[in-house]
Amino acid sequence: MSKQDVCDLPGIVARWQHDSANLVQILRDIQESCGTIPSDTLDQLAKLLGVPRVRIEATASFYAFFHAESHGAYEVLFSDNIVDHMAGKEDLKQYFCERLWLEPKKLSEDGLVYVDDTADIGLADQAPAMLVNGLAIASLDKARLDLVAELIRAKKPLDEWPPMLFEIPDHVRKAGPLTGEAFVPGAALRAMIARGTEATLAEVEAANLRGRGGAGFKTATKWASCRKAEGTAHYVVCNADEGEPGTFKDRVLLASHADLVFEGMTACARVIGAKQGFLYLRGEYRNLLERLKSVLAGRREAGLLGQNILGEAGFDFDIEIHLGAGAYICGEESALIESLEGKPGKPRNRPPFPDRCGYRNQPTVVNNVETFACAARIVERGGAWFAAIGTPQSTGTKLVSISGDCQRPGVYEYPFGVAVQQILIDCGAEDAHAVQVSGPSGTCISFREFDRRIAFEDLATAGAFMVFSRRRDMFEVARNFTHFFAHESCGFCTPCRVGTSLLKHTMDKLAAGKGSAYDMNEMKKIMHVLRGTAHCGLGHTAANPVVHTMEKFPDAYERRLKRLDFEPAFDLDGALATARLITGRDDEWAHIADEP
Amino acid sequence: MAEAKKLRVATCSLAGCFGCHMSLLDIDEKLFELVKHIEFDRSPLTDIKTCGPCDIGIVEGGVCNAENVHVLKAFRKNCRILVALGACAITGGIPSWRNNVDLWDCFQEVYHYGIGLEKGQVPNDPELPLPFDKVHPINEVVRVDYFLPGCPPPADAIWKFLTDLAAGREPKLDYEMLHYD
Amino acid sequence: MSQTKTFSLDGRTIPFEEGETIMEAAAAAGVYIPHLCHHPEFKPHGSCKLCTVNIGGRLGAACTNRAAEGMQVESETEAINADRLALTQMLFVEGNHICPSCEKSGNCQLQAVAYHLGMLTPHFTHFYPSRDVDASHPDVLLERNRCILCELCVRASRDVDGKNVFGIGGRGIKARLIVNSASGRLADTDLSVTDRAAEVCPTGAIIRKRHGFTVPIGHRLYDRRDIAEAPVAGMEGPKRG
Ligand SMILES: Cc1cc2nc3c(=O)[nH]c(=O)nc-3n(C[C@H](O)[C@H](O)[C@H](O)COP(=O)(O)O)c2cc1C
Ligand code: SF4
Ligand code: SF4
Ligand code: SF4
Ligand code: FES
Repeated sequence: MSKQDVCDLPGIVARWQHDSANLVQILRDIQESCGTIPSDTLDQLAKLLGVPRVRIEATASFYAFFHAESHGAYEVLFSDNIVDHMAGKEDLKQYFCERLWLEPKKLSEDGLVYVDDTADIGLADQAPAMLVNGLAIASLDKARLDLVAELIRAKKPLDEWPPMLFEIPDHVRKAGPLTGEAFVPGAALRAMIARGTEATLAEVEAANLRGRGGAGFKTATKWASCRKAEGTAHYVVCNADEGEPGTFKDRVLLASHADLVFEGMTACARVIGAKQGFLYLRGEYRNLLERLKSVLAGRREAGLLGQNILGEAGFDFDIEIHLGAGAYICGEESALIESLEGKPGKPRNRPPFPDRCGYRNQPTVVNNVETFACAARIVERGGAWFAAIGTPQSTGTKLVSISGDCQRPGVYEYPFGVAVQQILIDCGAEDAHAVQVSGPSGTCISFREFDRRIAFEDLATAGAFMVFSRRRDMFEVARNFTHFFAHESCGFCTPCRVGTSLLKHTMDKLAAGKGSAYDMNEMKKIMHVLRGTAHCGLGHTAANPVVHTMEKFPDAYERRLKRLDFEPAFDLDGALATARLITGRDDEWAHIADEP
Repeated sequence: MAEAKKLRVATCSLAGCFGCHMSLLDIDEKLFELVKHIEFDRSPLTDIKTCGPCDIGIVEGGVCNAENVHVLKAFRKNCRILVALGACAITGGIPSWRNNVDLWDCFQEVYHYGIGLEKGQVPNDPELPLPFDKVHPINEVVRVDYFLPGCPPPADAIWKFLTDLAAGREPKLDYEMLHYD
Repeated sequence: MSQTKTFSLDGRTIPFEEGETIMEAAAAAGVYIPHLCHHPEFKPHGSCKLCTVNIGGRLGAACTNRAAEGMQVESETEAINADRLALTQMLFVEGNHICPSCEKSGNCQLQAVAYHLGMLTPHFTHFYPSRDVDASHPDVLLERNRCILCELCVRASRDVDGKNVFGIGGRGIKARLIVNSASGRLADTDLSVTDRAAEVCPTGAIIRKRHGFTVPIGHRLYDRRDIAEAPVAGMEGPKRG
């Protein structure tokens, strides 16, 4: 993937069928081959695709991975989750910048390198981690960064870098039916054909499978309603956006158990009558693309995708992979569909939900990667087998992505109902003080709650499990998450667009030691507005980290408050610095002393 | 109004145009009624220079320089109730138009290209209040109890507001008295 | 004739036709629900959230949620109006709203909604953004610092004018109004002053040049009339009783 100066625009557009619905993919390919998306490219694209330039610009300017200015031959993005920070990310980044004589967020003078941060890249078990030209490198330390710096200085094309740099182990520490047992491709589809479609749906129903992406909606209900919905075509979409910081279990499923996922999608297609499916893969998982494509090719060859699957007349289905481009919000199912249609990832108004009105306004099932993997096992082994695992309301197993302060981070497959305490023992987290369950949008629990259980009826989770020891400052954890939400807000609705930034500024103010009780009340007020009036789940939960840590770790806030009553909104003395510089003054009246 | 102790009121104009003060005077003959109930401490109307303990402090104008902060903090310290009077005190107002201009450019414009100046030097006299990067409303510097918008607030609104306060009522403005311009 | 369907809004019985939103049905019955991004002529958008109401215990936007038989909706409660006020204040601090020098003042819906809600201060810390002002067009001025991203101009240009002059670029707090030209200048788009998009802006972000300050203070749209009584030119008054 070395970057070239020439960009075969017509070729790229042709590869994506001249269809403006594929705009995000087209822009990705342009970005990948040219390193930038220059302004005049937008005009050419407008002509080639026959859509107004303003729409192309709207999409191009929405996604974090697209940029018009050059980021040089090597773009290095450090993952910015709190877990990366705990593993020394800031120091390492500084070390790396010094090695290359550059400053973050500024193209190096020779135009070679650009260094910046990016939201969590799905490698919290191997933090700190980074992306180089979109490809992940994990477990960073000085030695690895020395090597990377050397390769960059030698201007070695990425495909000549030592492959071991890009190796990403799975770290499955506790295996189960999804991660530990062999799967014969086609096994589920054969069982399905033998059993019949109706009966297969009944098995998924009997399994009581609930969505693994966070909301826990019953999968069989979604499939049945989509199956019934009228449309000119039906679609299956696998949500592999996995953007929730601290989550990486879908990465492992896709890296090592992709057949299970694709088979689940194919079974769903059979149920709802879809001919076309999409895997929406987060851009950060670009390194999985070739592997996934070859799994798809293998399945076509084996008659598990394509026309007349397993010889069944009319069982036609295929899967296309779409890559995201750096936008957490595209994990929200309707924003994901907008993105699949080439638009900025802004959540739609619901109802109607995708099962009735999804991709191209047609009935569409969107499920999480793990949900499809579960579905494949259910179709293969039957609903009763699945329902016997876990608890009555939460059947089956759950993949938990464990990171942070523990000895054995990685993926653990547990039957639902497992207690937090047990997980902490298994992963070697002796001095755990708090756990962020299900990522920033989930729940922060304190050591007083470690008897709680992972289950929809108690601690619902999409999978993240970040452990924090006594040494950690829970205020800084919340501040990191607050920055994440402000960065990822799509900007569609007022409360989230403005509220997440207000929260971020207030947390920064507290961090600078300039907060007061007034600011705490302000945050509570903003949280209330966010929870009540935001347009989608991102906004509804964006204040959770602050709410939960304020409630469970009040000391972390109180010791930061400068005074109880009120503190100015901005740094008074700092706001005079420019004028001091211009006038050359430094007298008593050129300063505003901090009041004791 | 009860014949109680007179309320002591201080007023000041920070980054404002004195328009709000003009509007205050514009309550005309009602002023005579008003002074039965209040007496003025520091105010451009009295020429008392520093603010002593007061019941009500009325601030016109936003905060654009270091001196504004000192005056404002003194008001907050001495006044039981602090009122932001007018658009500039409440939002930064017209002076905040400069917030989109770089401070370097502002100085250049004033001291280099300004009419009547021949390549003037930027003065470094400590007597001159040092400007902030941006103009801010006063509630970004101190806690403010009441806001009375308008550019300026109508005289009747000021009258209604002050008489409500003097009578210990929660001030309330009718629709027509509430204006941002 | 089939029996009319109804729902309850703050205890009032509101008739509606199948498919109508709460906002549409309320407007037809002459009941005002605060709103900014909603306009009866355009597709519902649902971004400003001013129209938030309580629908059977859940908060939702009146302009995008469909009315349903027997629905219990609350709008004029203290709690909801407090949220609306906070949202309005957020819109004020997000941009630069210096009403005294704004051509739209007195006729501005953002300002009028703020009056309606009794807003005395924008309250939150100002962002003081520095967004581009575009005076290139001969007849129309674009003052992005007053834009509330309601996308009415986007919808009007696309759906009525058939032009696609406007769009929203960027994301989050950096979202901004963009125009359909390589130069980024309004003059280089095909916007005409007679376009619906040139007059639909609820704020002073899109302004007709040479038309500012023509109506004396005191006679402007919202000087004496609350927006609840004089909603918007062309959409006031009950349609149905
Ligand atoms: C902000 C936001 C981000 C989300 N991110 C993801 C994601 O990365 N992966 C995912 O499967 N679901 C995600 N979801 C949930 C999806 O909207 C949707 O509920 C899910 O894909 C449905 O699949 P399931 O029923 O199999 O869980 C997200 C939701 C929100 C509000
Ligand atoms: S809540 Fe946030 S992410 Fe969701 S629509 Fe609103 S701005 Fe976008
Ligand atoms: S757009 Fe409206 S609210 Fe903003 S400055 Fe103009 S009149 Fe005031
Ligand atoms: S310019 Fe006006 S109409 Fe267009 S989005 Fe901004 S506020 Fe809305
Ligand atoms: S009017 Fe309903 S969200 Fe804006």
